[in-house]
Amino acid sequence: MLGYVARRLLLAVFVLWGAVTVVFIVVRLVPADPAVLIAGETATPEQIAALRAEMGLDRPLLLQYLGYLGKAVTGNFGNSYTQNVPVTQLIGQVLPNTVLLAVLACVFAVIVSFPLGLLAALRVNRFSDRAVTTLSLLTQSLPGFWVGIVLMLVFSRKLNWLPSAGLDSPASLVLPTITLALPFIAILVRMTRSGLLEVMGEGYIVTARSKGLPERTVIFPHAIRNATIPIITIVGLEFGTLLGGAVITETVFSFPGIGRLLVTSIQVRDYAVVQACVLVIAVAFVLVNLIIDLLYGYLDPRVRLS
Amino acid sequence: MTTAARAGAAARTMRRARRARRGVRLRIVIPLIIVALYVVGAILVPILYHFDPLHTELLYRLKPPGTTVADGKTAIFGTDQVGQDMFAQMMMGARVSLTVGALTLLFAGVFGVLVGLLSGHFGGWIDMALMRIADIQLAFPSILLAILLASVLGQGLTNIIIVLSIASWVVFARVTRSQVLALKNREYVDAARTLGAGHLHLMFRTQLPGCLAPILVVATVEFGHVILAEAALSFLGVGVPLGVPSLGSSIQAGTAYLTTAWWISTLPGIALAILVLATGILGDALRDRFDPRLRSA
Repeated sequence: MLGYVARRLLLAVFVLWGAVTVVFIVVRLVPADPAVLIAGETATPEQIAALRAEMGLDRPLLLQYLGYLGKAVTGNFGNSYTQNVPVTQLIGQVLPNTVLLAVLACVFAVIVSFPLGLLAALRVNRFSDRAVTTLSLLTQSLPGFWVGIVLMLVFSRKLNWLPSAGLDSPASLVLPTITLALPFIAILVRMTRSGLLEVMGEGYIVTARSKGLPERTVIFPHAIRNATIPIITIVGLEFGTLLGGAVITETVFSFPGIGRLLVTSIQVRDYAVVQACVLVIAVAFVLVNLIIDLLYGYLDPRVRLS
Repeated sequence: MTTAARAGAAARTMRRARRARRGVRLRIVIPLIIVALYVVGAILVPILYHFDPLHTELLYRLKPPGTTVADGKTAIFGTDQVGQDMFAQMMMGARVSLTVGALTLLFAGVFGVLVGLLSGHFGGWIDMALMRIADIQLAFPSILLAILLASVLGQGLTNIIIVLSIASWVVFARVTRSQVLALKNREYVDAARTLGAGHLHLMFRTQLPGCLAPILVVATVEFGHVILAEAALSFLGVGVPLGVPSLGSSIQAGTAYLTTAWWISTLPGIALAILVLATGILGDALRDRFDPRLRSA
């Protein structure tokens, strides 16, 4: 187990280093000079040169990269180009909101999709199975931002039941949570269904049945416990898609989260904030997957031995 | 069991198998027809309507679906905030979606398959290096990587295609690699190797054909993903340039008129969803057709 944990940790650190490096390279591709962006159009060449020196932009690229790595490790992303506050402060204000939204969407998705997947697996190829699978395929095909707009149109503009933007009350969370959870529900339903179907063909299910256990006992402890392992993995893998979806959902609902901060920073070309947002999301994704990997190794000993 | 009963059971099994095959065939043909209709519509409709993205018809702006407009034509899907026909605009958008989808698949597919072949065939440090790059790439949710790159590269069709190709090659690489790993120790590959086939021959002539079916399935599913991603980028304002109608940018434009003109945002979304749904059903059906092990039932 220790060797397995060490291998996963090493891989996670490597992937994080890669992510930091990719963001460094991509942000350096920006054609505009950050010093010009900060100083503004009216600045004199001397002011810009002074700013470049202050930001270390006149140093060799390798030194810039090393300095940047050091800062990234300590969580210091400097100041925002457009607002004179530390980037970490901007992110700190909105990150809890996104975490709340993502967790709510996850919980909601699991609660909705598990019974549906179970229903489909138990009544395979019957009407209810066909209905559930078709519906989940349809849900997966809907553009997330469009779903958000339609929900907003119906529930806040026409019916006036729920707020359409911001985060002022718990009611503001309802529509973004549903929007974010929908594609996730679709994937989870399909995975729960196929996971259960696979388990139902295993020898120990046949054994459980043939020794005369009631169907309820066969399905609940035997089948479901084993089917949850692959489902946990999917939750981890799809968490990244969920975070990506948060960028779009938050923009649609003007939700004060890290995704909206990212999009607004892109619009004003505040790359200090952009790179920090991307890194925070990538780190969250890698950490969640690391936790899932470790959990997986704990739940299923076959994994850590392979 | 009597002979007659056995024959009857056999006939039933055959009938059921035939019905299942017919079901799969329908699930392949119908989505293909839908995609073909989009292609034809995307080519013809903007020409027939003399669509000009810069033209405005202010007298006829924000008209609901079914209104008769200036030149006696009926705007079956209504008009937008500058009086343009929504149907023509949506089909222009479909042009963007289909072009971006096809070209992205081409680039991402060729690159990804190449990487997968190299990785699977040679193994060792080549495999190690290529797959670690893939791991790093997977550290980003693909839409996030696309947003980051698009914001740096700026708007434009070519840039969207580059960005989405970068964001989606990994899937092709992974599928090809795992397929090659499954194939490389088969007898016919061993036979080719024993007969003196070189690496190129082994990779492209011997192993690649065996990878095509899963690649085709992945390509179909990815086509839908790429189209959705393009719409999302254009919706966020980092996709198509201003003045180019895309389904995503039409949806975005409509958000300002949600209460007065619901059709501007909703209809392009439905058009997009039908196209993506068709590719999703097609992908599922192709998987059932080519890979019975993965059959959903």
